Amino acid sequence: MVRQVPIAGVGMTPFGKSPERTARELFGDAASEAIADAGIEPAAVEEVFYGNFMGEFAEGQGHQGPMAAEAAGVTAPATRFDSACASSGAAVRFGARAVARGDADVALVGGAERMTNLSTADGTSALAAAADALWEVRAGVTFPGAYSLMANRYFHEYGGGREELAHVAVKNHENAVENELAQFQRSIEVEDVLEAPTVCSPFGLYDCSPMSDGASAAVLVSEEYAEEHGLETPVAITGTGQGSDGLALHDRASMVETPAARRAGERAFADAGIEPADVDVAEVHDCFTIAEVLALESLGFYEPGEGLAAAREGETSADGELPVNLSGGLKAKGHPVGATGCAQISEMTKLLRGDHVNSDAVADAEVGVTHNAGGTVASCVVTVLEVMG
Amino acid sequence: MSEKARDAGYDDFLDAVEDGEPYYLEGSEGDGWLPPRSVDPNTGGELSEEPLPEVGELESYTVTQVASPAFVDDAPFVVGVASFGPVGATGMVVGVDPDDVEIGMAVELGVERTETTDDRVLAFHPR
Repeated sequence: MVRQVPIAGVGMTPFGKSPERTARELFGDAASEAIADAGIEPAAVEEVFYGNFMGEFAEGQGHQGPMAAEAAGVTAPATRFDSACASSGAAVRFGARAVARGDADVALVGGAERMTNLSTADGTSALAAAADALWEVRAGVTFPGAYSLMANRYFHEYGGGREELAHVAVKNHENAVENELAQFQRSIEVEDVLEAPTVCSPFGLYDCSPMSDGASAAVLVSEEYAEEHGLETPVAITGTGQGSDGLALHDRASMVETPAARRAGERAFADAGIEPADVDVAEVHDCFTIAEVLALESLGFYEPGEGLAAAREGETSADGELPVNLSGGLKAKGHPVGATGCAQISEMTKLLRGDHVNSDAVADAEVGVTHNAGGTVASCVVTVLEVMG
Repeated sequence: MSEKARDAGYDDFLDAVEDGEPYYLEGSEGDGWLPPRSVDPNTGGELSEEPLPEVGELESYTVTQVASPAFVDDAPFVVGVASFGPVGATGMVVGVDPDDVEIGMAVELGVERTETTDDRVLAFHPR
């Protein structure tokens, strides 16, 4: 980046089921927490970058940028970002770039999603809108279905099966047990995953992230602003990258690679001046168990075909070489889609500055990476966070 | 009440499949695409209309138990991705027991109607 962008404050609602709460109320809570955590007044915010995916479907509410600003008590210009499940990852990226370029000294970034007021069937329809509406959805593809197609192809090309994927879910549930913001604060066993009702082969219920409600926010500031106002900013965004790909899986050269994530990762790492080997901890987009595997491979942590065994071997556990999804991930923390990307930023910030319930697992960590994907990774945003020297 | 508008490109393609004359759009580097497209997504270059190979290969599939409302009466059903030469497509795999579907099997394109809505759906028939 042109300049590193300090994270002055973060906030996040508990993720879970609160079907009666609107996105505006959820975001108001997260934003107020982030603004208080930053130690600033709402009036200091110069621009709002807000992610949301299915507001029209779930609440009949479009035009959510100004809605988000109102909810936060901010009168600054506000824009909504839609990159499906990477919506608030994109919002964070554009907010960080605005601060890095000197366009704003204080940016409020974040996102919200209300999902559990929908039936499972309607929620399935809403999520499917992230796929190609003409050529995938009309053939019966659902969101779990699309990732199932990737998983089955992965098994065909590299071997392995449901049991390796089950270890991803078990690990992420274990990480969420003490996280009071997580939707599922309970551990599960491999057998629970394997015996769960089938959603789309090979996925059972525990291979899938849940429908969730929630919001997340962060306050990004310039170094000059932080210094002038005496803000404590132990963690900064030092790199961002974004990639896109064809909407439909069938138009891609490979169904088991996610080049949008690879490109986003390469750009973010180059931006920050780091290599994959420099990363101490990662939060990746495990909307389905196979998605964590593909993320690890796309980011260069594992060669293609070798990421599947990482969770089973304990390499990505809290005490492993590269802890992944210490928050519980989307799988156990929950996945209110428009809030997820900034929630990764919020959780990673806390992990690095030492006030996350799982910070002790990465006490010496200096570099964290978040990977936030939309659709079947037709959109991807990767962000590098570092402890400021 | 107005009739539902056609989706140019998509409905034209399904018509062509039903007429036994499916086609695809080919770019200058040999990549193939389904319509509607003005340009090659990879190069931005021009596209030409070419006849679609009759037989495709199933690249992956999944048996869907939890369907969206538009397919709820069709579940469980098999949906797959197949390559027809340079073109990829997604379709419902029909006329075969789900237990007998395999990656790599040869399939032909067809058009069926869904149980739930009676809408047309692109289908793969095992050859």
